[in-house]
Amino acid sequence: MPDATGLELTAQELRDVDADCVFDTTFQRGRATLIINPPKVMTVLKHLHGKGYDFLASLHGVDYYPEEPRLGVLYELLDMKQVDRISVKARVHTEAAHIPSVTELFPGADFQEREAFDMFGVVFDGHPDLRRILMPEDYEGYPQRRDFPVGGEPVLFTFNEQQNYGKWV
Amino acid sequence: MEIKRQRLDSGDGTITDFRLRQMQARNMLRGEITDEDLERYVEERVLTTTVDKAVAWAQGNSLYPLTFGLACCAIEMMSIVGARMDIARFGFEAMRASPRQADLIILSGRVSIKMAPIIRRLYDQMLEPKWAISMGACCSSTGVFNNYALVPSDKFMPIDVHVPGCPPRPEALMHGILRLRDKIQGNSREGWRQRYEAIGTEELVEGEAPLASANINVFKPGDTAGA
Repeated sequence: MPDATGLELTAQELRDVDADCVFDTTFQRGRATLIINPPKVMTVLKHLHGKGYDFLASLHGVDYYPEEPRLGVLYELLDMKQVDRISVKARVHTEAAHIPSVTELFPGADFQEREAFDMFGVVFDGHPDLRRILMPEDYEGYPQRRDFPVGGEPVLFTFNEQQNYGKWV
Repeated sequence: MEIKRQRLDSGDGTITDFRLRQMQARNMLRGEITDEDLERYVEERVLTTTVDKAVAWAQGNSLYPLTFGLACCAIEMMSIVGARMDIARFGFEAMRASPRQADLIILSGRVSIKMAPIIRRLYDQMLEPKWAISMGACCSSTGVFNNYALVPSDKFMPIDVHVPGCPPRPEALMHGILRLRDKIQGNSREGWRQRYEAIGTEELVEGEAPLASANINVFKPGDTAGA
């Protein structure tokens, strides 16, 4: 991990490349996070890639309900030579959940972007094949969003066994 | 107990019962027994039954399960063919790799809504007569994965026997299979309420009408219509 100072220096470098690509930085429990402007994700990741963070360890979605913007897309980057990690976080609104795809830079992001699309409904613009990956293709809704009903079957006890779908007597 | 060794013809010229029966069988095959003797011979040896019963007896003792595992329950399912449980004792050991040759499907694990149409297709491809066992909590009621991703098996296909457990021990699955055999052979045991004379012990909330039944798209036992 870069330390807090190193994180600020990285953020400053990025601001020199593009003035409004980094909104904020957080340094919490030794974890350095850049909070970025979603449309500028390629600028940020390309710069970090050039600095040595050339391995995308994980790409995942988060729902911060009820905060706005609700959805988050997190990129966990790893510098394999320095053994150094940095997180990049982009926050998007549920109404217009669009963010550029990074498959061009990290081909391994393909399935992970599909998963974030499947579970949170984040649309990755420029993705070569953005389909659902885990749920059936005709599934409606995004099941990992916090306002999605948990669903499932009511648990059957003796008091409600009369309503059991398996009871035919 | 004293064990006596005996010659078949007892050695002193008198013919023993066993030897007598052997001689009678030989004579019958030679066509030397006639009339009353023949009738008595047939009465003593023939057991009458119905074809249905005989067929059910054969079916119940030669189930071919489909080689099909879904999740962790499948590990327990695999162990029933091993030496310790040895399902071959009952004639169920021939796991078939094709649904066309199988007549029992054991749903061993969680069924996701993406997997359900595939399982339904496998079940439809099996030839009649066919049976299904729902093994474990996930498959019967979605168990601990009670969420958006899973579906209980009764919602999309008819199930003959539910085996509870998470996962059920191999002995439990074995018991379920033997129960299925009883069912096929026509001596199906009753449910626990009948067995323990506990009818009328259902806990219904006083004065509250039962909820509207959610029996949509549910199959009754033996109902394979709509395939």
